[in-house]
Amino acid sequence: MTIRDNDGASSDTRVSLVNDPRVRGIFFQVLLLAVIVFAGWTIVSNTITNLQRQNIASGFGFMDRTAGFGTSQSLIEYTESSTYGDALMVGFLNTLLVAVIGIILATLLGFVVGVARLSKNWVIGKLAYWYVEILRNIPLLLQIFFWYFAVLRAIPDKRSKWSLFDTFHLNVAGLWLPEPIYAPGASTVGFALIAALVVSFVIKGWARRRQEATGQQFPVFLTALGLIIGLPVVAFFATGMPITLEHPVFVDSGPLLRQGFTLGTGMTLIPEFLALTLALTIYTSSFIAEIVRAGIQAVNHGQTEASHALGLRPSPTLRLVIVPQAMRVIIPPLTSQYLNLTKNSSLAVAIGFPDLVSMGGTVLNQTGQAVEIIAVWMTIYLSLSLITSAFMNWYNQKMALVER
Amino acid sequence: MNTMAQTPVFQIRTEEAPKLAAPVSTSGAIGWMRQNLFSSIGNTVLTLIGLYIAWLLLAPLVQFALIDAVWTGEDRKACLAPEGSGEHVGACWAFVRAYFPQFIYGRYPAEEVWRVNIVFALFALLLVPLAIPKVPYKRINAALFLVAFPIVAYFLLTGLTIGDQVVLPIVETRIWGGLLVTLVIAVTGITASLPLGILLALGRRSKLPIVKMFSVIFIEFWRGVPLITVLFMSSVMLPLFLPDGITFDRLLRVLIGVTLFSAAYMAEVVRGGLQAIPKGQYEGAMALGLGFWQMMRLIILPQALKLVIPGIVNTFIGLFKDTTLVLIVGMFDLLGQIQSSFSDPTWATPVTGHTGYLFAAMIFFTFCFGMSRYSIYMENRLHTGHKR
Repeated sequence: MTIRDNDGASSDTRVSLVNDPRVRGIFFQVLLLAVIVFAGWTIVSNTITNLQRQNIASGFGFMDRTAGFGTSQSLIEYTESSTYGDALMVGFLNTLLVAVIGIILATLLGFVVGVARLSKNWVIGKLAYWYVEILRNIPLLLQIFFWYFAVLRAIPDKRSKWSLFDTFHLNVAGLWLPEPIYAPGASTVGFALIAALVVSFVIKGWARRRQEATGQQFPVFLTALGLIIGLPVVAFFATGMPITLEHPVFVDSGPLLRQGFTLGTGMTLIPEFLALTLALTIYTSSFIAEIVRAGIQAVNHGQTEASHALGLRPSPTLRLVIVPQAMRVIIPPLTSQYLNLTKNSSLAVAIGFPDLVSMGGTVLNQTGQAVEIIAVWMTIYLSLSLITSAFMNWYNQKMALVER
Repeated sequence: MNTMAQTPVFQIRTEEAPKLAAPVSTSGAIGWMRQNLFSSIGNTVLTLIGLYIAWLLLAPLVQFALIDAVWTGEDRKACLAPEGSGEHVGACWAFVRAYFPQFIYGRYPAEEVWRVNIVFALFALLLVPLAIPKVPYKRINAALFLVAFPIVAYFLLTGLTIGDQVVLPIVETRIWGGLLVTLVIAVTGITASLPLGILLALGRRSKLPIVKMFSVIFIEFWRGVPLITVLFMSSVMLPLFLPDGITFDRLLRVLIGVTLFSAAYMAEVVRGGLQAIPKGQYEGAMALGLGFWQMMRLIILPQALKLVIPGIVNTFIGLFKDTTLVLIVGMFDLLGQIQSSFSDPTWATPVTGHTGYLFAAMIFFTFCFGMSRYSIYMENRLHTGHKR
């Protein structure tokens, strides 16, 4: 605005070039650009000289060389003879695994605590308040250490276990679970589940159209629940039970070294994974609880009163009036908490869980390819953050108030 | 009409009405409990479950930290349960007591510790009046805190030689540790990132395309990556960026990384404040003939910064907690110092670790909770006008 106004004026009243905002703007931008280019050039040339002096070949060629180190957890086939590229891939997938599981659990826990915080019951409210205040004021790294070094060291050693329902076993080597074994025909169960989901969505759309046209309601939730549980179960029995559970084998007699769970039987969640997921979940849930509380409180009390005046009972009031409006406030900070959780999962390096940073750090130490490894880290985390913010913008647009 | 007159339509009570029970008390302790804890069956069940959970959590904590705790002792023997007795030993506070100087100062030489204490005292003396809104002379106070204090603290902590004369012996940052390092990183990070963050926030709202683009890229880059990769970058890559022969102190490298990182967050906080200032203030300033920097310095920033004090405090809390990450790049902050003390055989007991973590948690909680209370207090103070 100012620029254009002055523009018109400069034609008749001569403004000195030094004071012309447009000229000054161009001058300072050129100056900034020059500084950036100079700084960038200095950094690049210094780096090249330093790398040459240390005999480190730059470029991503090292990705195809054999890594020669193992890992305690991997979602893909990985051995010591795999390449550095594979090692980074293992780390990336582990980061995603921790992030996804952490996000799901933290959301559930956070919503429960956030609602509990608003409870009219004094004890529950105070309990939730101190949960939030204590957990979000203690550094995450300390919490990870606490779970890993203090709690998970107090559980039984390798040759004994704690069991729950004789199915879940916990000892120092990790959490042992039964592993599903898929026989041929197991895919039918998967297809049945997908089919049930699709049919549920169709029914939901049909029920809404019918309600809008005739006013009659249809028990969508119960139908969908029945379909989603029932169809796979039917398919499971119809195909002759193709999925079986393989329980971990526990040996409690014989030579001392053989005692304990036999490796490779059942499914194991390593203690590093447990500690990291637990700490991330609990720490993030305290932030989510605050977001949920603020979101619900942001909905004007008049909305509740109006919906009661329309004759809605408390449960539909919450479901149809309060939650949709609260979600509009909750979702944007919630997404940034998800992003924080993903970034915080990099603290895995402190307890040796093989995530992206931890695996990358090992590769960095072995190859000395600092620039490349850090570039990989930055690229992956930045893409995750850009994808998240793209989603957030899309959601905000979708959820924005439609004003007539 | 006639029938009405025959049957009397009124009634006269011949005996006293039955006495009703007094209404349920809604005040006092009993009434409060009735309303908030036992108003219905569901509520009563919730109360009992809540009390049970609280008992499950609190009882072992009190048992561990107070009842079974060992308060005095010379070495690990004090904190070990008598052999075969099966007794539980609680927190080993004797260990914390023995290690307390290390947790606060690291390996800072004992005869020089008074310098650190002076810095702590100066810090508190300057910060407390700055934080209390009623105390006057804010401008001088802020100038002292932001300009004079860092210089004094720098020479006090690292040492000072004038010519050949050693006024204060040099203490290398290598041997600093504990709470000292935590505070140095957090306070320097936040103080240095404030001006940087203001510049970036102004740049992001600038009409000049290159300035704006630079600011946006800078902010989004640092906000998109985890602090731990930034620390790795500053400890591994910074030496590569510099010409041969120039080396940085490790603490300084970490400080640079932390400052750039928190500057991006600070920029977003300040931007929020700038956006909250009504357009009329900008236009008024321009109408008075103020240039850009005058407008910002005299009209916009004083209002915007006051609005974002809670946001700045929250950023500081985040940074304060994040300083623990420096232990991953091999520095000894409070948590790192506590963690490393566990390997000392003179104090190695089953409860040493738990005690150390409890102590660290208490310190961090006290600092962070206190600051978050302060930020809520400032928020309430600032929002008096437009509270719904």
